[in-house]
Amino acid sequence: MAEKITLELVTPYRKVLTEEVDEITATGALGEFGVLPGHAPFLTSLKIGELSYKKGGAVSHLALNWGYLEVKEDKAIVLVETAERADEIDLERAKAALGRAEEALKKLTIEDKDYRVMEAALERATIRMQVAAKAARK
Amino acid sequence: MPSLKAIKKRITSVKNTRQITKAMKMVSAAKLRRAQENVVAARPYAQKLGEVLERLAKSSDVEGIPLLEKRAAEKALLIVVTSDRGLCGGFNANICKAAERFLKEKKSDYSEISLLTIGRKGHDFLKNRHSIWKNHANVLSSPNYQIAALIAREVIDGFLLEEYDEVFLLYNAFRSVMSQDITLTQLLPIVPPAAEEEEHAPEYIYEPSKGELLKEILPKHVEVQVFRSLLESVAAEHGARMTAMDSASKNATEMIGKLTLQYNRARQAAITKELMEIISGAESIKG
Repeated sequence: MAEKITLELVTPYRKVLTEEVDEITATGALGEFGVLPGHAPFLTSLKIGELSYKKGGAVSHLALNWGYLEVKEDKAIVLVETAERADEIDLERAKAALGRAEEALKKLTIEDKDYRVMEAALERATIRMQVAAKAARK
Repeated sequence: MPSLKAIKKRITSVKNTRQITKAMKMVSAAKLRRAQENVVAARPYAQKLGEVLERLAKSSDVEGIPLLEKRAAEKALLIVVTSDRGLCGGFNANICKAAERFLKEKKSDYSEISLLTIGRKGHDFLKNRHSIWKNHANVLSSPNYQIAALIAREVIDGFLLEEYDEVFLLYNAFRSVMSQDITLTQLLPIVPPAAEEEEHAPEYIYEPSKGELLKEILPKHVEVQVFRSLLESVAAEHGARMTAMDSASKNATEMIGKLTLQYNRARQAAITKELMEIISGAESIKG
């Protein structure tokens, strides 16, 4: 059994990272899960959420927007629309987006078409702030 | 024979034109490099998504998923990707001609073919001849995934509402700086990529179910295809413009050469004429 698992993170714009890691944690459609080396082949969709991976002793966090994770032969491929490393997150912007989304949600009802959109925006902003906060604590 | 002054003026004006075409070539070259990088950067995502889709489509029951379902083809939608700006050789003309050909050939196959144009040039060309369902202009200066996703979602919605039964995408694929391939692909219903039989296909764990995953991944596949066609088209456009401007600069240089020759000849003729006059004047005094 391999000691490490290769994590590949791909967005439509670029390959964000390719790294040998010890452990991956992400938020799937059915909740949070972890992937260790030697995991069985696995395919899941990811929700707006956080992805973290452990390499050596260090843990890194990323904020993800919608995507997929596939595990195959000690390789984890993550396909996402956007991915931001903790140090790339613009906290001011996230805060502003959070405020905007909250404002908009107050005016809308569940039936409105935009409700889902704003809700997603709210989630994204929250996750970004969460990830940024984790990076700041270190 | 035009006067010396007139020729001189022409030379200056052609020189000015050459300067502009040269500058445009430089700009296109820089933009082309960036566009090419974007195309290359988008490739892994599209490829990986294709792989996942292939695996899912192969192993699961594809019945009853609307985006894969082949309906009786009555109405079709053609998406034509052109550029917003001209001065890029035959880039737009070629794609418009291909669109015309498509419309003519398939006229008998469908009761109706609607058009969706991306880019101003294609819209300008086609709107006089056919009715345009929708147009997206000014999205090509910086093609991003959000815009592609928006267009794709619009197309998918129309497809699901049965406004059309088949969707085709027509765009210039980037082959090299010199040449573009006019590419026609079927966007909807999705034709799952032909799966190669793996000998030991590993048993996958799917979360949520395969069907659910497939339902989610298919729209993404459409988005990626639209996104890629935009990127390819932009790269091809800059390539075409660069080539066009290069040959324009060359033509201008050639023309300047010809005009300079003409100018020198006219000057020579004027000098000869003056000399003749002086000599004949002197002769007449002598005599």
